[in-house]
Amino acid sequence: MSKSLNLYAGSAIGVALLLTAAYNFADRNVAPYPKNPPMLASLPAPIPEPAAPVQAKATAAANDQVAEASLTDGLLVGAAEADTAPAGLRFGLGRAAMPEEISAWDVKIMPDGTGLPAGSGNALDGEPLFEENCAVCHGSFAEGVDNWPKLAGGDGTLAAKDPLKTVGSYWPYLSTVWDYVHRSMPFGNAQSLTPDEVYAITAYILYSNDLIDDDFELSPETWNEVEMPNADGFIVDDRADTEYTEWRTDEPCMENCKPEPVKITMRATVLDVTPDQAGDEAPADAAEEMNHSNDAATVQPTDEAAADEAPAAATEAVDEAAADAGADMGAPDPELVAAGEKIFKKCKACHQVGEGAKNKSGPQLNGVVGRDIAAVDGFKYSNAMQDLPGDWTHEALAAFLAKPKDYVKGTKMSFAGLKKDDDIEAVIAYLQSYP
Amino acid sequence: MSKDTNAPSRRQFLTSAAALGAGAVAASAARAAGPDPLITEVQPWASGFGDGVDVTPYGLPIRFEGDVIRRNVEWLTADTISSINFTPIHALDGTITPTGCAFERHHSGAIELAKDDYRLMINGLVDQPLVFTYEDLERFPREQHVYFCECAANTGMEWAGAQLNGAQFTHGMIHNMEYTGVPLRTLLAEAGLDAAGELKDKWVYVEGADASSNGRSIPMEKAMDDVLVAFKANGEALRKEHGYPVRLVVPGWEGNMWVKWLRRIEVTNAAVESREETSKYTDTLADGTSRKWTWVMDAKSVVTSPSPQSPIKHGPGPLVITGMAWSGHGKVTRVDVSKDGGMTWETARIAQDGANKALVRFYLDTTWDGEDWLLQSRAIDDTGYVQPTKAQLREVRGENSIYHNNCIQTWHVKANGEAENVEVS
Repeated sequence: MSKSLNLYAGSAIGVALLLTAAYNFADRNVAPYPKNPPMLASLPAPIPEPAAPVQAKATAAANDQVAEASLTDGLLVGAAEADTAPAGLRFGLGRAAMPEEISAWDVKIMPDGTGLPAGSGNALDGEPLFEENCAVCHGSFAEGVDNWPKLAGGDGTLAAKDPLKTVGSYWPYLSTVWDYVHRSMPFGNAQSLTPDEVYAITAYILYSNDLIDDDFELSPETWNEVEMPNADGFIVDDRADTEYTEWRTDEPCMENCKPEPVKITMRATVLDVTPDQAGDEAPADAAEEMNHSNDAATVQPTDEAAADEAPAAATEAVDEAAADAGADMGAPDPELVAAGEKIFKKCKACHQVGEGAKNKSGPQLNGVVGRDIAAVDGFKYSNAMQDLPGDWTHEALAAFLAKPKDYVKGTKMSFAGLKKDDDIEAVIAYLQSYP
Repeated sequence: MSKDTNAPSRRQFLTSAAALGAGAVAASAARAAGPDPLITEVQPWASGFGDGVDVTPYGLPIRFEGDVIRRNVEWLTADTISSINFTPIHALDGTITPTGCAFERHHSGAIELAKDDYRLMINGLVDQPLVFTYEDLERFPREQHVYFCECAANTGMEWAGAQLNGAQFTHGMIHNMEYTGVPLRTLLAEAGLDAAGELKDKWVYVEGADASSNGRSIPMEKAMDDVLVAFKANGEALRKEHGYPVRLVVPGWEGNMWVKWLRRIEVTNAAVESREETSKYTDTLADGTSRKWTWVMDAKSVVTSPSPQSPIKHGPGPLVITGMAWSGHGKVTRVDVSKDGGMTWETARIAQDGANKALVRFYLDTTWDGEDWLLQSRAIDDTGYVQPTKAQLREVRGENSIYHNNCIQTWHVKANGEAENVEVS
């Protein structure tokens, strides 16, 4: 007892010294030091009702601690150990935060839109911005590249075996999208977008999820017109009712705990997705193996997008195939065609090719290599395309696919273009395979 | 870690384990054959010099332990910049995680932020918004506590079935360190909470200084309870990858809330509903609805040895089964071990009384006769919560929760001493 008293005495002297020192030397631009700084003990602690639905039992231990502390010393809140300093005191440390500093760092957006800066943008503005800043990871249509998050699609999949959680299918608040794009994106170049650009990119993501029209002008004024489909899809942690009631038992079973002899129902080695221990033999094809496994298990990646594609292989194929590709217009290289088929996924949303191909929002592409420009019956081309003379030669297609809007100013095709020459060659080869 | 370590590959590892029966015999033969030259002959280390004191101003483990390292599971994430690695728990003992192999989770890479460049802002519903330097923080009264930090996704890859063959990969998103720091409530009091009015419905939003700007909303009750603004771990400055110079410590709650490179603390009147607390770290149930605000990490345990990466190499006879247990609700008071897949249980020995929301180490000193085991452990905490089976969890949650999988783990220990991650009926 005397020992702990000594400890308290020591810390009391220490605190007194510290306070004096702080008071005398602190370089602080704060408004005058309050005459009666509020002690924490005067605050309602322990807080009787959890602020958020923390489960009562979850914090029982903490509350006990607080109660104990309150009994021990009015100044102490929280842990009541001898090494705990009185927390209710003010020390005069730090300096006042300036308004410019607060506005520079406090850029978060609340769920009701509080904090949104002035500005606006629509999906049409957002499309090229998305292509430039986001598509490298998230895909031109927000469909996601490789293992990077998919931002669009997944509607109605949340109760399925493999839910696809996107902005459209999962995110409950629009504020989160704007806030995250503004604060944390683009990856590797965060906080480089202007508010107008963020509105436009957000609008493009919403448009990609069929939540707004392409000319919907997203702004603080129109904010509340957007409905997030999964806004009501969340419940507050209910483990206290659904789990703790069951799993807090007086005495767990120790013998004969199962009705039948225990059997092994599944083995990890069947999947063989464990990294090699030396770290020099990474299972590059693990994702693909997983995909083809007929076993009951499926990959559950941590919290990033599902590992459900093996795009590295596709890229390699493109590189290799492109290296072999000749400039002749003869039979296309099968490897290059195969690579092109993968790239063509980007085009499929609007274009069909092959047997029975029909016009969709873009014309069907059978025989497009070498045919007259704007020649498909029944498709309503833009004036710009109709006015363009000549054929879709290999060169013309390559130039168009690289930068569609530069090559045909006024084209209806919203696609921003393929960045890699190899990809362009592969797609042309693929199209060529449907003469 | 360079590639010239002595780390055996997993396959070498398993091969050597498979050969252990013969090895055990050979060892006995050697003993019988004559005196051990390691004893009878003067060894180089017993004759010459070792390193002088200046050779290693800051030390790493000896090279023979070069395989005790953090490891990544490449297919989990698109890029190591926004990814996670795993603590080699299969090779550790005790409770404190050595800082150099404690798991890392970044959303935008581990940044370098110097103490001189460090600023911590408190704003929002406070009487006086403040800015602290690193030096300021060291002038507040400090506390020390040992706490575990577990990623909510730990064991998340195992929901749909046994998948990763190693305790490091199934349970390695955890570390346990001794922190030194200032209680968050001290800093909030410094800024003054009169402006916040009634505290019970207020929140504290915390945000990191890195490009991901990870931000989470913490209810005021927790903020005023045991949250620490920490600057030391295991006695030394935080490592870069753990948030140098200052991180938040949120005892018992999911690791994502332990914001690293902490730069801003804001008192708000509602949860911000940031990306990390809506699109991530929410737990989807079988019917497609999702739980949010599932902050507490429930009681959990795992046998770390024997386990797939730590097979039995010594043959039949005395065996120490060991593992670790923890609970975000308080203390682990008991750990039971089953060798038959949960049919019968015996209570293990907890090496040292556990601290609140910290790891305990358990041992079961036993004998292995070379038979097949289905080895399990289950933790019981001081709320009476008993760690559930995977079947129990799935019954409530389905298989798509990703987060908060605290199920009982099963290792199949085989006659050759190898162990495999399995699921049982």
